[in-house]
Amino acid sequence: MTGTLAAVGAGLAVIGAGIGIGQVGGKAMEAIARQPEASGDIRSGMILMAAFVEGAALIAILLSIFVK
Amino acid sequence: MSFSFFWRKILLTFAHVLQDPSKIMSQKHIFHFIFALFIAFSAAAQDHGQATESHGTDTTMHAQAHTADQPMHAEEGAGHEAEGHGHAEYDPAGTAIHHISDANVYSILDFVRIPLPMILYAPETGWDVFLSNKFHPGHHEDGHMAYKKYVMHHGSVFRIADPAYTAEEAEVEGFTHKVEEKEGKPVDVYFATIGGTEYRLHPRTTLDGGVLGGGITPFFDYSITKNVLSMILVALLLGFFFIKAAKAYKANPDKSPKGVQNVLETMFLYIRDEVAIPFIGKEKYMKYLPLLMSIFFFVLGLNLFGQVPFLGSVNVTGNLSVTMIIALVVFVIVNINGNKHYWQHIFWMPGVPVPVKILLAGVEFMSLFIKPLTLMLRLAGNISAGHIAILSFIGLIFIFGKSGESMSGGAIGTAMAIPLTLFMMAIELIVAFVQAFVFTILTASYIGAAIEDAHHGDDHAHAHH
Repeated sequence: MTGTLAAVGAGLAVIGAGIGIGQVGGKAMEAIARQPEASGDIRSGMILMAAFVEGAALIAILLSIFVK
Repeated sequence: MSFSFFWRKILLTFAHVLQDPSKIMSQKHIFHFIFALFIAFSAAAQDHGQATESHGTDTTMHAQAHTADQPMHAEEGAGHEAEGHGHAEYDPAGTAIHHISDANVYSILDFVRIPLPMILYAPETGWDVFLSNKFHPGHHEDGHMAYKKYVMHHGSVFRIADPAYTAEEAEVEGFTHKVEEKEGKPVDVYFATIGGTEYRLHPRTTLDGGVLGGGITPFFDYSITKNVLSMILVALLLGFFFIKAAKAYKANPDKSPKGVQNVLETMFLYIRDEVAIPFIGKEKYMKYLPLLMSIFFFVLGLNLFGQVPFLGSVNVTGNLSVTMIIALVVFVIVNINGNKHYWQHIFWMPGVPVPVKILLAGVEFMSLFIKPLTLMLRLAGNISAGHIAILSFIGLIFIFGKSGESMSGGAIGTAMAIPLTLFMMAIELIVAFVQAFVFTILTASYIGAAIEDAHHGDDHAHAHH
């Protein structure tokens, strides 16, 4: 039973990260469309922000692995 | 001419090995044999799988080993006991974990097993240095022999705990696995069957150092494992390519780069211009460029090396201990280079009221450790997840084929698995580059934040008003 709950926790973490990375990517695309000349800066910022969001999700996933 | 000679040599070696399967384990032929496998691995798969297993054992011995295996597999499955069935239930999760773990033998496609040096130390018996073919590793990387109290199970070394066992070498008939209660927590206990008796094995060292109940091994393992070997290989390969490129620049500085030099230059310039200079600054980036480049190319090389199909698919950057050390290096370098303003921003944030300063000090102090922690988890998680996804798709063949009972099911599984695996591999190729890049860009941003000058101190004051 606890294993199932951990799986639900991992799924919730992934939903959160999905929303977060979606926001980052979507806004970055809008920004690039508005200012194509700044696309290089925006892209590296986008990857950085996506990595931060993902980091939070990975902590949750790791905890759900350890909590058996 | 040399090309056709090469192919003839490969085919001759292959023919030679087919005639005498016991030659497979001899190191002399292994390198030719690897190439030969690429040509004809599917046709000869079954013969060889069995050929490597037999080392003077008869068929009854085989039957025993397999029956001893079965309860273990049934237990490892998600609660499915295969009662009365001839086949144990296929366990995709267990198989995936087995294949992404580090091992003391380098297996290629289940028929070539390259022995690796074992360097073991136990306080009671002292140092033991030998090659891992002393264990005669067979199917599932289980050793068929025990050597000096050590046995190999699922590619890793275990030590026999029972003081009654004293033999120098002995035949291992099988491994069993039980779950015992220890202080209210379920603990995995492994047993090796030698000469009809089940000998208890010492617990395996766990990631947490035994805090969560896994226990700590009473022996120390300094072996050159599959992951260590891959790291050495990738480091040598990178050294070779970079020295070659550097020589090319020296020889013709005015010519445009070509070949491997061109590939490296593109990536090198991208990291320098898009990562190092914007994040660290034009004046100081040269000091940190070697670190950033080493991290980028080492991680990228290992990511890509793990993607090569049929080459053992090592999971080095998916191993938490490897990424932990890289993250630790970054942590140390960031913090010893941190200037006054960096530490001031952590412990006494300028430009905010005192209660907020205290609150921020706690948060910033935690983030000091969370930063390398996420760096470590992100890389390991992404690469391991990719490997597990590929292995799960390949596992479809066995799920549909009911572990070899249903041929048509296996065919359907294969038809599904091939496009899915190819798709996943393409994704993984992108992930290999993106994760190496993310690791580098985050390192650069942490270093940049640590050595930044206080020129924006006024901005804080302005923002406050």
